[in-house]
Amino acid sequence: MPDPLPTLCRDCLAMGETSTRRCPSCGSPRVLSHPELFDLSIAHMDCDAFYASVEKRDDPSLADKPVIIGGGRRGVVSTACYVARIRGVRSAMPMFKALHLCPDAVIIKPRMEAYVEASKAIRAMMEELTPAIQPLSLDEAFLDLGGTTRLHGAPPAFMLARLVKRMKDDLGLTGSIGLSHNKFLAKVASDLDKPRGFSVIGQAETARFLSDKPVSLIWGIGPAAQASLERAGIRTFDDLLRWDRQALVARFGASGDRLWHLARGQDKRRVSAHEPVKSISNETTFHEDTADPDLLDGHLWRMAEKVSDRAKARQLAGRVVTLKLKRADHSSLTRRIALRDATQMADTIYRTARALFDQVGNQGPYRLLGCGISELCAETEADKSADLLDPGAARRSNAERATDAIRRRFGADAILKGRALR
Amino acid sequence: MKISIERGALLKAVSQAQSVVERRNTIPILANVLIEAEGDKVQFRATDLDIEVVDKAPAQVERAGATTVAATTLHEIVRKLPDGALVTLTADNVAGRLTVEAGRSNFSLATLPKEDFPVMASSEYESNFSAPAAVLRRLFDKSKFAISTEETRYYLNGVYLHVADADGGKVLRCVATDGHRLARIDADLPEGAADMPGVIVPRKTVGELRKLLDDDDLAIAVSVSETKIRFATPDITLTSKVIDGTFPDYTRVIPQGNTRRLEVDASEFAQAVDRVATVSSERSRAVKMQLDEDRLILSVNAPDSGAAEEELAVAYGDERLEIGFNAKYLLEIASQVDRENAVFMFNSAGDPTLMREGNDQSAIYVVMPMRV
Repeated sequence: MPDPLPTLCRDCLAMGETSTRRCPSCGSPRVLSHPELFDLSIAHMDCDAFYASVEKRDDPSLADKPVIIGGGRRGVVSTACYVARIRGVRSAMPMFKALHLCPDAVIIKPRMEAYVEASKAIRAMMEELTPAIQPLSLDEAFLDLGGTTRLHGAPPAFMLARLVKRMKDDLGLTGSIGLSHNKFLAKVASDLDKPRGFSVIGQAETARFLSDKPVSLIWGIGPAAQASLERAGIRTFDDLLRWDRQALVARFGASGDRLWHLARGQDKRRVSAHEPVKSISNETTFHEDTADPDLLDGHLWRMAEKVSDRAKARQLAGRVVTLKLKRADHSSLTRRIALRDATQMADTIYRTARALFDQVGNQGPYRLLGCGISELCAETEADKSADLLDPGAARRSNAERATDAIRRRFGADAILKGRALR
Repeated sequence: MKISIERGALLKAVSQAQSVVERRNTIPILANVLIEAEGDKVQFRATDLDIEVVDKAPAQVERAGATTVAATTLHEIVRKLPDGALVTLTADNVAGRLTVEAGRSNFSLATLPKEDFPVMASSEYESNFSAPAAVLRRLFDKSKFAISTEETRYYLNGVYLHVADADGGKVLRCVATDGHRLARIDADLPEGAADMPGVIVPRKTVGELRKLLDDDDLAIAVSVSETKIRFATPDITLTSKVIDGTFPDYTRVIPQGNTRRLEVDASEFAQAVDRVATVSSERSRAVKMQLDEDRLILSVNAPDSGAAEEELAVAYGDERLEIGFNAKYLLEIASQVDRENAVFMFNSAGDPTLMREGNDQSAIYVVMPMRV
């Protein structure tokens, strides 16, 4: 008689203690079994091709077609459905390349309102499970279900399986779950078996699981960090294990210490609902590279306004304004400047970014323009004093507040600046 | 070149020169001071390409000549030599070394050829006049706190020195502002200055100039052109480029119609502001002034850290007024007042406020209020 092995059917949610290929209750093959299945409590939920799934749900005629969400000829793929992914289309791929791979794709401009609404519905379902939710974006979140077994009368794995089942049944959206003993591994797990996956990485198997995996598995290790690790002879987690802690810190600074822990499958970060926001920014890639000062100015205003809107929504303001430009050859250029008085006003963000732009001079054509604020503080500490040399500023500031009030009542497009139309 | 010079005279000359030299430098020669000896004088010249300072000192010149050597190293050595020491500098231009000898100390420093040293092109000055050091000192000392550090408005990164029309006729005037406060200081127009073009004297130049102005009775020779300004004493000549930009029209910034008058002892006021501001840890600490019949209540309310309040007896006879200011700005303008009471002229809580010393119109300050 083998040791009892916890099992869970993802379709009928029946739990058992013996591993079977099919669920004894409903006959479904989607049966999970893992020695630690009912002990693990940190999860990462990632919706499958979220934007595309929402579109397919709302328009059933798209069901079997390759669907790409993204903007314009010059934009990038924001989400590709699984049909398009089979053809090689990936997120962040330039649109022309995606269309080359998949000429019959249906391109849909993002409908953010619909996605936000779907995201809220999912969020509400997650909130029934635990208050410890850390959303990473509209379509993914960490959940810590530690200590909820008694409350729900069921282990976290059951509640998570029920969550994705309800998402499918009630919202018509699918998601994948990663369940483990920390955030790092939960996030890795959710990606192992997409779509409609449910992967578990237990304590006992952590070391074996990581050993031959590339370090690029770590969130935040992009091409640059990967290259610098490679120079140190580190490609896989096994390579990383060979380094002692001091040596890693000496070579990679603070992140070396984090690497040392991650190499051992350790991640102490809590699932926290309130990750403090560090900056607010917005950028846009143009349909065509442009050096037209009027056009760039219009974009700059719109970016500043978006940043300001988001800052106002969160009751935040920034002490530093950043301007980002990307030239046609993808080389980028960033300029930042500290303000005397923190701001959340579109007018101030725009004027400051504009001054930075004038300093750079027109080195265009540019393919991307962005601006943002950082070193955030509460809005009560911001925009406290006016500029002696700019007596019009107070008037513009009042106009902006009035405009905001109108837009709150009648919608974002109810009133626009002339330069936003350029 | 071989010279002997008293340590004190050498230190004075070298320290003036080395302070002009930029610490972070990519051009090696700009880290050096050019030493030229001839007759009974030695001359030290240093530059950052925007400012050039030339300092002369008496010396026994055994062999005339010139060389350049790292300014900070030479300064450090001379500073550490005992007071009263006689220092001998000997340049060996073939070996590229300068020997510094004093008592039993002996240093050998690497040199660069004097031909490599950039000498600022001399230019025609449109205006030459002489002004007492004390007058220039007042003009710049009282205005420099308001100089902006904002890079985007580079034309505010200095003091605007120009000739202006005041009530009693033409004056020599310094104005500085960063958009939050403004200082406007007037002095009697020196003879020969009437045609002077208005120039923006950069912040660093203002700092260097200060070292020339300690001696009250000294007459400073000032020369001004559209692009340069020169200040000279018998020993030191400071030449600087001026900021290439247009200083904004500050006259419209200075409130004319402010009628609510507050008179207060400046040092009592400053101390009280300083005390109440202690409770706030915000970067820009806001102080609220509540004005009532002959009474001023200063208060700070920082929700995170605490609150403070202090009452002062003042002369005020207008309507009740509540107005907020950045504590640092209040302290800075109050500290400019040293003889009489500080007089504030308010309009409303949103309008610029004017401050002056008694009824003295030759030094006025404008400060922008803050929302509290």
